[in-house]
Amino acid sequence: MVVKLASIFFTMILVDNYVLTKFLGICPFLGVSKKLDSAVGMSLAVTFVMVLATAVTWPVHTLILAPNGLAYLQTIVFILIIAILVQLLENVLKKYIPTLYRSLGVYLPLITTNCTILGVTILNLDEGYNFIESVVCAAGAGVGFLVAMVLFSGVRRRVEEAAPPKCFEGLPITLVSAAMVSLSFMGFGGIVEAIFG
Amino acid sequence: MSEKKKLSVLTNGILNENPVLRLVLGTCPTLAVTTMAANGIGMGLAATFVLLCSNIVISALRRIIPEQVRIPCYITVIAGFVSVVQMLVKAYVPALDQALGVYLPLIVVNCIILGRAEMFASKNTVLNSALDGIGMGIGFTLTLTIMGSIREILGAGTWLAGLDGLLPFLPEGFAIRVLPASVDPFTLMTSAPGGFFVFGVLMAGAAWLTAHKRPAQAEEGSV
Repeated sequence: MVVKLASIFFTMILVDNYVLTKFLGICPFLGVSKKLDSAVGMSLAVTFVMVLATAVTWPVHTLILAPNGLAYLQTIVFILIIAILVQLLENVLKKYIPTLYRSLGVYLPLITTNCTILGVTILNLDEGYNFIESVVCAAGAGVGFLVAMVLFSGVRRRVEEAAPPKCFEGLPITLVSAAMVSLSFMGFGGIVEAIFG
Repeated sequence: MSEKKKLSVLTNGILNENPVLRLVLGTCPTLAVTTMAANGIGMGLAATFVLLCSNIVISALRRIIPEQVRIPCYITVIAGFVSVVQMLVKAYVPALDQALGVYLPLIVVNCIILGRAEMFASKNTVLNSALDGIGMGIGFTLTLTIMGSIREILGAGTWLAGLDGLLPFLPEGFAIRVLPASVDPFTLMTSAPGGFFVFGVLMAGAAWLTAHKRPAQAEEGSV
């Protein structure tokens, strides 16, 4: 059991990294990765909402939607749950943990439309994971997002100082360097099976 | 609004404000589904349908939706149309449903659709919003098709493989062979790094085109 959970967790970080291999959450990946501290803040907020959203959507789907033949409502119900959770989280943080709110607050509204969150909740159900596996998978996806953001913010600092051809300035050269980072992650393929399999 | 201006609302989305290459919205599906040209076309059409319908509805309701809760309202409208598309695709083009997978429900969080609702449909008439939806949709579909074509031709050596899933009158296993079978395809192009790379090069191409067409306006238009 523990081995399986560890395998899921590390697969989500290294092999199936949502940003670099599944292209989920590219907007924040490109938008917020310029500075290291905002990259970390955004990733922590995403991880937190991701785990919370999975912990809520999994029981809602398994106990309410699926037995009543309402699985077709999945998309609407999940996005509403995520939107409500984000709003609640914002209010709770603002009231009780103002320091955390000041550091994460600005990223929270952006999270509703971050496709990693909706993606992880739907993919968990598609994979047929049970509740604990789903939550571990969500945590792994969040940490994977953090790893990708932190690595890439380092790459970007170097790229900013380089002088690419004029039409490549800005986002195009960033995307090309993202291709290199993603290429390096392909090297992890099979490593998790080799350790835990 | 004159006829000419209406036309410009429609064509705006195709090059000047191309949602993917100029506004940099909807990058996730752009990168994820464009391993094959046919997937790009399918995704583009599905998103266009949602964009058109949600733009019309949101524009019609723009005086009723309260300012403070507009984002949840927009998302609910969009999610409703996405569910419609999901059911239609599952029923009539199951091959496309297989190919797009999780990215079909993820149209809900495609920032092009929410972005157009917020930037355009909430401020303009129903007719203009519909035109804007169609224009943006065409721009999105074209970009996805071009990207899918490049990646498919380089990565698999074929073009429009799998189009028989979209158009039932085509023979099964339809594909146009572009590179001869003796040439080893560059499979990296269909995997993740190839997606980032082709997208970067295309975006640079669009920036170059705009800069050469109108040097004066390119400065303010750059992101």
